[in-house]
Amino acid sequence: MPVIVKIPAPLRPLTQGQSEVSVENAATVQAAVEDLSRRYPGLRERLLDDKGALRRYVNIFRNDEDIRHGKSLQTALAEGDKLTIVPAIAGG
Amino acid sequence: MIVDALAQAVGNTPMVRLRALERETPGVEIWAKLDWLNPGGSVKDRAGLFIVQDAIERGLVGPGRTRTLIDSTSGNTGIAYAWLGAALGVPVALVMPGNVSEARKQLTRAYGAQQIFSDPLEQSDGAIRLCRTLVAEEPERWFYADQYSNPMNPRAHEVTTAQEIWRDTGGRVTHFVAGIGTGGTIMGTARGLRRHGAVQVIAVEPEEALHGLEGLKHMPSSIVPPIYREEELDRKLSVSTDAGWDMAERLIVDEGLLAGHSAGAAAVGALQVARELAASGRRGVVVTLFPDRADRYLPPAEAP
Repeated sequence: MPVIVKIPAPLRPLTQGQSEVSVENAATVQAAVEDLSRRYPGLRERLLDDKGALRRYVNIFRNDEDIRHGKSLQTALAEGDKLTIVPAIAGG
Repeated sequence: MIVDALAQAVGNTPMVRLRALERETPGVEIWAKLDWLNPGGSVKDRAGLFIVQDAIERGLVGPGRTRTLIDSTSGNTGIAYAWLGAALGVPVALVMPGNVSEARKQLTRAYGAQQIFSDPLEQSDGAIRLCRTLVAEEPERWFYADQYSNPMNPRAHEVTTAQEIWRDTGGRVTHFVAGIGTGGTIMGTARGLRRHGAVQVIAVEPEEALHGLEGLKHMPSSIVPPIYREEELDRKLSVSTDAGWDMAERLIVDEGLLAGHSAGAAAVGALQVARELAASGRRGVVVTLFPDRADRYLPPAEAP
């Protein structure tokens, strides 16, 4: 069973409009991001800074837990986990 | 100041000179209008007051009426509606993305507003669409305030914000720089200032679709608000999230101003305009507006 990654509206132009994509065999969030970045060019730069760290304003949840509260990109993933990339709130 | 109703305390916010930034811009003044000093803590009190008052005057909501005011909001407009509704006898329902900050959730709840949460991954546009659906399902139940289309939103700034800036600069303002959320602040203030003279109006927007400048809209990837008229702007500047956040921190440490992220982005734009003027040897009075304070950005306590 793969890990499901939920994609917010502003990133969907990079994922051919898909709001949900799946990743196989990713042991950590880092591995999942790397795998997605290979399949969807441009994604990496949106999520990670020049040093490869999670951008300050990008929030990723593993199931219900903000990965910043744990090991950030090194957070371990198990089969069936859900990752959610949460955008900021715009306008008004 | 003494008021017999808190609504009278909306507007007439102070302008403060940003002297730490001005060190980089000899001959050019930079001023910030501190709209977080409105009673509800943000610039949105201005639009909220005009929208609610207009609806009461038209007999759509208020004492003796049954409709509930509903709108989609990223939070600050919701707080404005919520306290104004409590004060003026108008029930309020708010459609907000589920990841709206905990501070905004708690404040709107405290004032007794009904909260409806939309999918966080769909951002503000998801809240707009959900709100439209609810209104279409039960049109008799709601007054749809629609801040993105309501002419009272820019009108509030044309009549109040712009006139305050003109008065408080003694008519010396040469440039006005502000972020785009609904577009109400920039559109209305531009119109009000141009009644008096040729003021340059510059809008600040996030550089990318995925950004952390909460409250600001990236127009190319958003539902464009009907009140937003790009052709009325003299110029648009793109600001990165990192630049906006760094500037907010600088304003806090160097100026003692607890600037939120959108205020930081507005200041980045104002500083760029002022630097360009100074570099070309021109004088100027650049005014920007700070929408809210950093304490509106306390993170959600749980996953959205």
